[in-house]
Amino acid sequence: MAVKNYFDRRALRLYVVAVQGKLARMLHVEKQWLRNAPLPKSFSNYFGRKLFLFGLTVHGLGAFALIALGVILRKWNVARNTIRPLIYRETARAGIKLLPMFAFVALALGFLTIGQVMAALTNYGAAGAIQYLGNIMVIVIVRELGPLLAAVLVLARVGTANVIELGNARALGDVEALEAMGVDPVHYLVAPRVIGMTFGVFALTVYLILGTLVSGYLFAFLQEVPLTPSQYFLQLADSLTTMDFAVVAFKSLVFGFFIAIVTCYHGLAQPLRLEEVSRVAVRAVTQGIIVCVVIDALFILLYIVT
Amino acid sequence: MSENQNEIVIEMRDVGVSTMRDLSEIVLEKINWSVARNEFWVVAGQQHSGKSDFLMMTAGLMPPVQGVYKFFGNETHIFDEARLADRLRMGFVFDMAQLFNDMTIAENVALPLQYHRNLPTTEAVKQIQELLEITELKPIADVTPANLPRSWHKRAGLARALTLQPEILLLDNPFGGLDARHSHFWVRFLDELWRGHKLLGARPLTIIATTDDLRPWRNDSRRFALLKDGEFVSLGSWREVSAAQEPVVKELLSAPIEFA
Repeated sequence: MAVKNYFDRRALRLYVVAVQGKLARMLHVEKQWLRNAPLPKSFSNYFGRKLFLFGLTVHGLGAFALIALGVILRKWNVARNTIRPLIYRETARAGIKLLPMFAFVALALGFLTIGQVMAALTNYGAAGAIQYLGNIMVIVIVRELGPLLAAVLVLARVGTANVIELGNARALGDVEALEAMGVDPVHYLVAPRVIGMTFGVFALTVYLILGTLVSGYLFAFLQEVPLTPSQYFLQLADSLTTMDFAVVAFKSLVFGFFIAIVTCYHGLAQPLRLEEVSRVAVRAVTQGIIVCVVIDALFILLYIVT
Repeated sequence: MSENQNEIVIEMRDVGVSTMRDLSEIVLEKINWSVARNEFWVVAGQQHSGKSDFLMMTAGLMPPVQGVYKFFGNETHIFDEARLADRLRMGFVFDMAQLFNDMTIAENVALPLQYHRNLPTTEAVKQIQELLEITELKPIADVTPANLPRSWHKRAGLARALTLQPEILLLDNPFGGLDARHSHFWVRFLDELWRGHKLLGARPLTIIATTDDLRPWRNDSRRFALLKDGEFVSLGSWREVSAAQEPVVKELLSAPIEFA
């Protein structure tokens, strides 16, 4: 077999296509070629290739998200008797089945947050500042940590399983089997996961926040902090705004949607061999976390602007 | 829908076939072939000769890289959403059956019916009881594929491909890995399907099968083709196959190695 020439006409086509800005025409095979190309001679080459790959991934994820959304909306009433049970199964998997773990995390998170806050306040001699406990909990748990942690935990528990299941399905030819039966693989494999994870992350975020607020007060009570439940509740109510409810709901739904998109994209969107599945799973989890953090940063901008 | 016996259902002109994994890697070129309704074609070739890719392209699972492919007279690139009706005129049996391991055999077989007719699982399973009976899958209907040998997987794959009563049946190496008992069932059952089985309303089926062993297929009523060195060679009837001087054909007809 002839040695592969990385600077052949295929490569020329690749660069021409890129320059013309028609990335959509690129095949994944070519993307794979780019990923496996020999080590570059210069840092700029390396950096350029990474940047190019990043652009390709964003493009691929964006396209996949739009396709998935289009299929969900367009086929909402197609094969309901087949798809609905799958949606319930995925919602349970990314939701109710994770409740025990989330209860534990909520308990620990409440203890940790209140413990750290109380220790800091006592060190600075600001014992009177307990009137801000509720406010601190809203800023730390409701606005930031709750949605982000819920998303990362679902990504770790369910997202990883998603990539492996779908990667195996792709590698073993199950996707072709669905297509041969006239079953849309995006409708059958992706739509239930996207819907399940979107609502699963939303519900678990609510439970995590509620659990953490309760366990936080429990720890404060055990520490004999002079704060009654009604005072704590009032502090929380004063700190929360309508915007908080809207942002938390929207943010958790967006987190769930994009975790599902990233994991399904990596499992399904390109031809895979079985041995590539584990590598793809690692990439999907990393990108899932990055996507969550980027989305979180965008929501902070929303707070700053308003 | 025309039921003309001489109707050309599949026509290929200078078609090129790539692999599923890499669309730029061409494995077969310049295929000129036509299949009339109710023909039984056996496409033979050694391993890695491109049989599966050829069948995948024929099934519209990937586009031809060159040439023109017509399905029931309509030029076809790939069976997308708009061609769903055409797609369902074809049943596909995979070499490894590709059953879903989280479903029972009955649920696997019923899946196309359940999806396309929007039926609950129990109702769809109820409607395929006759099919399960005929394919002898009833005793294992509630077993998941992971607990069954490959022969039964293939049998379930065949039943699943017949669920929507297709007009054309594509089979990828159906006898691969089967024991004698299963092989006899397949030979008999495919022949019945081709002639017109009551399961399909006695309507004769057009069958295209690939194989790496020609011996079980010997029959004068079948037509044969050969894939070798990236080419598609139409051989004709069994008489012409047995008279062929092709070394590859002789190899595909030779007896298995016998150990002392």
